[in-house]
Amino acid sequence: MLYAILCYNQEDVTSAWSKAHDDEVMAKLGVVQERLAKEGRLGPVARLMPTTAATTLRKDRDPPLVLDGPFAETKEQLLGFYIVDCDSLDGALDIAKDLGKANPGGSYEIRPIALFNPGPAGQEPAAP
Amino acid sequence: MSDLAWIEGAIGAARPQAMAALLRYFRDLDKAEEAFQDACLRALKAWPRNGPPRDPTAWLIMVGRNAAIDAVRKTSRNTALPPEELLSDLEDAEAAAAERLDGAHYRDDVLRLMFICCHPDLPATQQIALALRIVSGLSVREIARAFLVTETAMEQRITRAKARIGAGDAPFEAPGPVERAERFAAVASMIYLIFNQGYSADRAGEAKGGLCDEAIRLARLLLRLFPAEPEMMGLTALLLLQHARVEARFTADGAAILLEDQDRSLWNAKLIGEGLALIDKAMLKRAPGPYQVQAAIAALHARAARPEDTDWAGIDALYASLEIMQPSPVVTLNRAVAVAKVRGPEAALAMIAPLAPRLDAYFHYHGARGAFLLQAGRKAEAREAFDHAISLANTAAEAASIRQYLDRIAAEADSAAS
Repeated sequence: MLYAILCYNQEDVTSAWSKAHDDEVMAKLGVVQERLAKEGRLGPVARLMPTTAATTLRKDRDPPLVLDGPFAETKEQLLGFYIVDCDSLDGALDIAKDLGKANPGGSYEIRPIALFNPGPAGQEPAAP
Repeated sequence: MSDLAWIEGAIGAARPQAMAALLRYFRDLDKAEEAFQDACLRALKAWPRNGPPRDPTAWLIMVGRNAAIDAVRKTSRNTALPPEELLSDLEDAEAAAAERLDGAHYRDDVLRLMFICCHPDLPATQQIALALRIVSGLSVREIARAFLVTETAMEQRITRAKARIGAGDAPFEAPGPVERAERFAAVASMIYLIFNQGYSADRAGEAKGGLCDEAIRLARLLLRLFPAEPEMMGLTALLLLQHARVEARFTADGAAILLEDQDRSLWNAKLIGEGLALIDKAMLKRAPGPYQVQAAIAALHARAARPEDTDWAGIDALYASLEIMQPSPVVTLNRAVAVAKVRGPEAALAMIAPLAPRLDAYFHYHGARGAFLLQAGRKAEAREAFDHAISLANTAAEAASIRQYLDRIAAEADSAAS
């Protein structure tokens, strides 16, 4: 079963991190990801730009409405996600706990994936 | 992250919003600051014990407010309010407070807090110092270091600035659209001043580099509160794109490296990506302004993998529109750099000739003029212009950048002679 681990945290806290702290967190997360990759359980990983770079398209009308900012105004913002392959929710929770140890603060939403099509774009890890 | 680091991070992030809300409540800067300090002290005690509150900002505002009220009651009637340990467990109270803080309130609170620091009677340096102290929460020592003055001098400067704005009528009513736009413009330019104070530093001034980060933080904060403002997107993009080059801007011994000589692999791809995304978004609005145009210029530099790939014609056109929006001899001088690339140094020299009376005391005017003259092969005149520039240099890095040209001229003269 594929699970999405959706990363929520307070953006004004994470964006105030120093570069050194950011690097440290990314390095710690990298260790966990490396292990998951070796076990063949790691799917695509994404870190999103700040919500200030987000645009929302309201398509419940014609023509659709283009709005600035993220879809939902929340206290914690969606900042990234992992796709992982696990036998059970327990396994996915274990992974989320390991990631959480590397990067405390905020929440992970663990959500089973109904349909997954990785598509041909972005197969190589690269800066966008 | 340790408890303490987490708490410091949360308090730092909450500060602008919390201070802004407390200021609305107390309508007094000193009282708001005291209440915030008080709330922070209580957070340091309560959070490690009770765990982090669901909404640290709302917690700090509520506890700060109650602590101040509590203090008033204690001095008057000696009746205490319930301790904040109980308070932080009252999920309902916290949620209700968070609810009230949503949306418009928050936005105008933060804008007001920043706007108060931009009082027109205050000189720019005092505005920045005040904003760094009150909005960002930097210590007087940190600010003093950034301005290269003593702590005592900075303390006095901030106290004077506070007294100045305290005497005026702080604008506490909710602003109308025109007023909001005015506040917005003043605050944007204050944030840009903070950035420039950091940007103009020598490499040695490490403390100043932090001001660039702080300016970006404030710009992002305002953009989050006003996500549809194209000029705020432009300003944030501009700061990100300029700051992306910070690692490439100086040699090991502190001399400035010109844009075309920088090692572009040292540019920060993450910041550039975010800056480009923001300017992309802003363009969709079709409401251009000076910050967006300047960001678009920085974006054309950032997009060029090599200096020779730079779209100088595009930069020339953008500066031409900036000249119309914000006419200034400095803008024309910058445009001339692009003109020199597109139409040659003589065209650039013709363009800046009329600026001489206004820019005669400006370091960059003589530096640029020298570079154009050198490009045109007019070495003797170039040396004269560079000599003039060096005499006007404001920092060691500026002087060193000109000395490179003079050394080059001297070396070429030597090799021609031998």
